[in-house]
Amino acid sequence: QSWPVYEEVFNKMLELAAFLELPRFPDITDSCFLHPDMLCMKYLMEANLPDELHNWTCRVVKKIGIGEADFLTLMPGNKSTRKVKYDVLAAAVIVVVLKLLFLLDDRYEWFLSDFAEERNKNNKEGGPYFEFKKWYKVIKCSLDEKQKKLDEERAKYLWRCEKPLFYSAKKKSKVLKRRQMVVTLQNQFGKLSDSVRPAEKPNPSSFQLSWSEENTDGNCFHGHSLRGILQEKCGLLTPMNPDYWLCTVKLCTEKMCGHLAHYREVEFPESYHFVLRLFSFLLRIQPSYIHDEVCVIEHKLFNKKLCKKPKYNTVLRK
Amino acid sequence: SSHEHKTNFKKSKEACLSYIQDAMLQKQWKRAAEFLTYYVESLEKDFSRERLNPSEIIWRIGSEILCHHSASSMKEFNSFIEQMKTLAVKRYLKVCLEHAFHLLCNGLIDEAYQNLSLAESWRFGEQTLLQDKEMKLIQAYRGLLDYCSWSKQKNILLHSQDGFDNLPVEQEMHSYFRKAALSLKEIIRIPGVWDPFVKCYVDLLEFYGDHNEARQVLNEYAYNSKFPANPNAHVYLYQFLKRHGESKKSLISVLKILHDIVPSHELMIDFNTMLQKSKKRKNQRLALEVIFAALDYAGWKENVKAWSCLARQIKQIVISEKHLDWIKQEWDTRKDWWPAFHFSRYLAKRNWQENESLSYEKALVAGILLGKDCKYFKYLSHQGCKAQLKKFRILKKFVNKHNPAYLRISG
Repeated sequence: QSWPVYEEVFNKMLELAAFLELPRFPDITDSCFLHPDMLCMKYLMEANLPDELHNWTCRVVKKIGIGEADFLTLMPGNKSTRKVKYDVLAAAVIVVVLKLLFLLDDRYEWFLSDFAEERNKNNKEGGPYFEFKKWYKVIKCSLDEKQKKLDEERAKYLWRCEKPLFYSAKKKSKVLKRRQMVVTLQNQFGKLSDSVRPAEKPNPSSFQLSWSEENTDGNCFHGHSLRGILQEKCGLLTPMNPDYWLCTVKLCTEKMCGHLAHYREVEFPESYHFVLRLFSFLLRIQPSYIHDEVCVIEHKLFNKKLCKKPKYNTVLRK
Repeated sequence: SSHEHKTNFKKSKEACLSYIQDAMLQKQWKRAAEFLTYYVESLEKDFSRERLNPSEIIWRIGSEILCHHSASSMKEFNSFIEQMKTLAVKRYLKVCLEHAFHLLCNGLIDEAYQNLSLAESWRFGEQTLLQDKEMKLIQAYRGLLDYCSWSKQKNILLHSQDGFDNLPVEQEMHSYFRKAALSLKEIIRIPGVWDPFVKCYVDLLEFYGDHNEARQVLNEYAYNSKFPANPNAHVYLYQFLKRHGESKKSLISVLKILHDIVPSHELMIDFNTMLQKSKKRKNQRLALEVIFAALDYAGWKENVKAWSCLARQIKQIVISEKHLDWIKQEWDTRKDWWPAFHFSRYLAKRNWQENESLSYEKALVAGILLGKDCKYFKYLSHQGCKAQLKKFRILKKFVNKHNPAYLRISG
C-alpha cells in the first residue's frame, strides 16, 4: 500500500520488456508524440511559457542529438543504451533553455525582467515582452493552489481494499467487526462533513494547468515575445545573458550510487528550485529525476568546454 | 519495499491527522469531520507498537467534534461512545468515566448515574485489576451522585410540611447516605486532590453528627504528607473548626499554614483581623507580616479592606511608639519596589479618581512609610484638602505629627 515510485515502475517496465523479448519498438520520429520537440511544446504550454521558447528547445535538442530516432527508440534487452524517460527529458530541456536565457541565479532573471518591463513601456506594436517576474507570480499562485489541493487529496486517500483480508479463522470475526465499525464511523462523520461534493468527472485532458489567451486577466504568457530579453548580434537574436552555471561539474556513475547527480546535497538558487518544483509537480515525480537529466544534458551541451577543465568550475561563458 | 509501503500509508494517515488537528484548532468542525472519515480506516491496521494508537485518537477527536459540531446531538454522541467502548478493552473504564463527565456537563445526571453504575459492575479478567484507578474514580463519582440524591431528599424533608415524618423519603435519604459515604470514604483514603469528595463527605458526617470522624478526615486531608500540598484542604479545615466554635488558637495555627503556602489567599484579611484582636505579642507581629505579604500581590492592589487593615495597624504602632522596628523590618525588603508598585504618581491620580476610601487608606500608609514629602501622599492630601474632606485634613496633621516615625523607619 503505497504510491508506486516512478523509478521502480520504469525499471519493472524495462525488465518486463526484456523478459518478453520484445523487438525494437517503432521508431520515434519528430512527428511522434514522444519526440522531445512535441513534448517540449506540450510542457511549454502547460507551464505557461512563451511559444517562442520552442525554437530554443528545438535547437538544444538538435545540438545534443537527442532528437535522433536511434537515441529515442526503445530497444528492450539492449543494456548498453541508456533508457530514455521522455517526459523527464523534455522537462529537463526546458529547464536548460530557461537557464540559458535567464541564468536563474536568483539575481539576473529579476534584473532581466525589470529590463523587459522597461522596454514593454515603449512597446506599442506586437505582443508584450515576456517578463519573468509576472510569470513567476502567476505560476507560483497556481502551483501553490494545486499543490495544496493535491496534498489534501493525498491525505484523504483511502487505502483499504473492498474485501477485508484476514489470515486465520480466529481473526475473521475481529477483522469483520472492525470493518463494520469503520463503515459506521465513516457514515456518522460523513454526515457531519461539508456537503458532499458532486463526483467530479475525471478530466479527459492530461493537462493539469491550462491557460487561455482569451482570458482577459492577462495571465496567459503563450503569446509573449522573448524580444524583451534578446539582443541583436550580427543579424541574429541572441540571449542577453552571457553566462551559464552547471548543476554539477562531474556526473556520478549510476553504478556507484544509483544517481548521476545529487539534488539534495547542494544548494541551488531558489529560482532553479522553483522551476524544478513546477515540472516535478506536473510530472508527479521527485525533482531529483529532472535534476539528473538536466545535468546530463548540460554535460552533452558543454562537452567541449568541460574537456578543457576550466579553473573556475561553476560559471561558464557561452 | 513492504516497509516503504507501510511508511507511505503511515505518512498519508499522519498528513490526514494533521489536517484534522488544524481544522479543530480553527473550529472548522465540518472540515474536521470530513477528514476524520478518511482517517478511520487506520483502525484496520495494526498500530499495536505505537504509543498513541488510532483507536484512542479517534475516540478523543471524535468526541471533540461531536461536542462542538452544530448538527450533532446527545444521541449521536452516545452512540459514538458506545462504539468506542467496544474498541479497546484496555481503555474501557476511562471511556466510561469520560462519558459520564460529558453527560454531567450536559445536565443528564440520571444517565450519568446509570453509566457509572453499569461501569462499576464491569469485570474483565486481569483488566479489572489493571484499571483499578479508573474503577475507584467511577465509584467515587457514583458516590458523589448518591450524595446529590441524598441532598435532594434532605431538602424535600426540610421544606415539606410534615418535617421528618415522611418515612419513605427519609429511608431513601438514609440509603443514599450509606452508599455515598462508603464510596467517598474509599477515595479520600488514597493520596490525591479530592476537594469535592471531601466537602461532600464532611457535609454528610456533620449532618449525622459524626464530628470526630469529620475532623479526622479533614486533618488527614490537610496534614498527611503523603497527600499533595493543597491550600483548599486547610481552608476546609479552618471553616469546619470555625463552624464548631474551636479556639482561636487552633484557628490561628491552621491559617498560619495557609499563609505559608498561599500568602495571597483571600482569608488573609480574616487572619489579620483575628491576629490583631489577639493580645499576644507574637500574633500582633504575625498580623503585620501577613498583611504586608498579602499586599505584595497584584490582586490585592485595589483592595480597600486590606489597606485599611494595614493602615490601622501602622497607625496603632506609630501612636504607641512601640515596635516601630517591626515596620522597619517589613519595610526593608519592600522599600525599593513598593513605591513604584503602589505609590506612583500615576496611581495617586487613578486611586483618587476611582476610589476615595482606597486612596485614604493608602495615603496613610504612604505618609508613614515614605514620609510626608512623598509624591503619593502629597498629591492625595492636597486633593483631599481641596475637596474639603475632613478626614484628609486630620490625616495630614497626623502624618506631619509623626514624621519622626518615618525618619526612624527609613533610617
